[in-house]
Amino acid sequence: MDLSAINPVLLIASLMVAATPILLAGIGELVVERAGVLNLGVEGMMITGAICGFAIAVNTGSPFAGFVAAAVGGAALSLLFALLTQVALANQVASGLALTLFGLGLSSLLGQGYVGIKPPATGRLEIPVLSDLPFVGRILFGHDLMVYFGIAVVAVVWAFLKFTRAGLILRAVGESHDAAHALGYKVKRVRVMAIMFGGACAGLGGAYISLVRVPQWTEGMTAGAGWIALALVVFASWKPWRVLLGAYLFGGVTVLQLNLQAAGLAIPVEYLSMSPYLITILVLVIMSADKSRAPASLGRIFHASQ
Amino acid sequence: MKMNKRTFLAGTAAAMALSAGGMARAASHGEKLKVGFVYVGPVGDGGWTYEHDQGRKAVEAEFGDMVETTYVENVPEGPDAERVMTQMALGGAKLIFTTSFGYMDQTINVAKKFPDVKFEHATGYKTAENVGTYSARFYEGRAVQGTIAGHMTQSNKIGYIGSYPIPEVIRGINSAYIHAKKVNPDVEFKIVWAFTWFDPAKEADAAKVLIEQGCDVVLQHTDSTAPQAAAEAAGNVYTFGQASDMAEFAPKPRISSIIDNWAPYYIEQTRAVMEGTWKSEMTWDGIGAGMVGIGEITDAVPAEVKAEALALKDAIASGEYHPFTGPLKKQDGSDWLAEGETADDGTLAGMNFYVEGLEGEIPQ
Repeated sequence: MDLSAINPVLLIASLMVAATPILLAGIGELVVERAGVLNLGVEGMMITGAICGFAIAVNTGSPFAGFVAAAVGGAALSLLFALLTQVALANQVASGLALTLFGLGLSSLLGQGYVGIKPPATGRLEIPVLSDLPFVGRILFGHDLMVYFGIAVVAVVWAFLKFTRAGLILRAVGESHDAAHALGYKVKRVRVMAIMFGGACAGLGGAYISLVRVPQWTEGMTAGAGWIALALVVFASWKPWRVLLGAYLFGGVTVLQLNLQAAGLAIPVEYLSMSPYLITILVLVIMSADKSRAPASLGRIFHASQ
Repeated sequence: MKMNKRTFLAGTAAAMALSAGGMARAASHGEKLKVGFVYVGPVGDGGWTYEHDQGRKAVEAEFGDMVETTYVENVPEGPDAERVMTQMALGGAKLIFTTSFGYMDQTINVAKKFPDVKFEHATGYKTAENVGTYSARFYEGRAVQGTIAGHMTQSNKIGYIGSYPIPEVIRGINSAYIHAKKVNPDVEFKIVWAFTWFDPAKEADAAKVLIEQGCDVVLQHTDSTAPQAAAEAAGNVYTFGQASDMAEFAPKPRISSIIDNWAPYYIEQTRAVMEGTWKSEMTWDGIGAGMVGIGEITDAVPAEVKAEALALKDAIASGEYHPFTGPLKKQDGSDWLAEGETADDGTLAGMNFYVEGLEGEIPQ
């Protein structure tokens, strides 16, 4: 065993990268669920975002355009879900699962011509002096912009839900859509907007995998990240900062366990392999021992006549 | 509103009845042999499943109208696989290829229920009256890879991304290690188990970790090209294509590859079923029979190393050299093969130990 082979700076830097896709998808889904909608289509929206972003980035040569396209693609797919659940009043669980299947199929269709192509490199932030600082320089100031964007989104969502009137309305819609409706708020409009925000975030998370983390297009490349993001929202008891914590924990333990394996730590690999799931769930469950609970209207169908 | 729904439903039912009738007619028309394929990953993975699908296409090209192939991709190794196979058999498939190690018990179970359907299971070791197995001697390719890797590493650290600790993967690690060690006694292997065949993000992470810990050659036994991309981003790291050529990463980082060529075997077995000569067999072919190919060794490799690797390849192909030739010891120091002795297929098929010099334990 040679633990000195593990470089803590690189470890922390790579955990931030590993966590960003599920962080983005998770924070988007959090907003959706706080509005009272359960969208199980995160995986489908992520993979759609991954291919939309990849295709546009390859064709325009600009990763930025790719990320914008990914957000648009994810949001567009989520509109389908909004149509099914908010207009046609379909069951949310079934519609969400269908969205995942649809997204996986659609993405492999769109991606036919993109297998084996390399995307343009997403630039890393280089701040003179700061990026060269020992230790913290590489961890805090050496990432691509999306890593910071992910953290910023968490902060914005938190402030939005806690301090703004619009955030209050969104929460009201999620807690009791009948009461919100009686007060004259447009329940459906709020929910459709939340669903689209969730779709855009999931799309960005997917594009982060195809443009930065892997970076290439392969069918089915999100490989379950969307489901992890969904679980994260529940275990984070619908609180933004806990989603960040959970995502970093999950990303961190994932990278750490690979590092420990490579360094030859004498812990059976099975335990190391399951550790990201176990540790993340354990920590978040312990933290949710307070009185936090799901939004009361989560997953319930709203119709103004009822 | 309700009325509409009812008419809609009636319409759908009518349409379904029509299309069902159409299908029945088509089925009674010709004597097509239906061949099913069960894939563990997507056909576009650029690796393992991609090559199996190339084999399926070759069957279609060979027999044209006489066959009809179907496939289901992304089938998890578990109860789901059993459902997919059952569905295929019920759908009229007379020959089903199940193309991943983890389908072994499911294949045997389903085969019991459909005695007149032939099953071919890749890389497993359980057979039945109507279940044959086939695999390629990938370890022969790994020997060539190990030779090149041993020469190419500067840091003397070679990373290896394993999927699951099954004999097929362990054979590959042992073979690569033995031959890397032979040309470079200081070489050290760092092995990471990904516990997945296909998860590009995880494979990329594993490759990055190995590179961060000083490996400058990374071998993979997982199916996607993600480790290649990670190596390319890192710069001075060499990789090998796995299962498929992965030529888009040549000449660097990908400096050679192991290519699975299933097409001749798939064609041969399909013909055997058509002619009624199919028998349950355990097929295990290597470089010599063409089931394992070595992809082009690029110019990033010095000429003398390339020549040495190709000579080894030829020696293996002609049967003159066996990659597991003694003297070899097991990891715990006990004797395995005496001087000049070669490993028998039984031991290789169930290989569950590392050879001497490898560090770490095999997950059980």
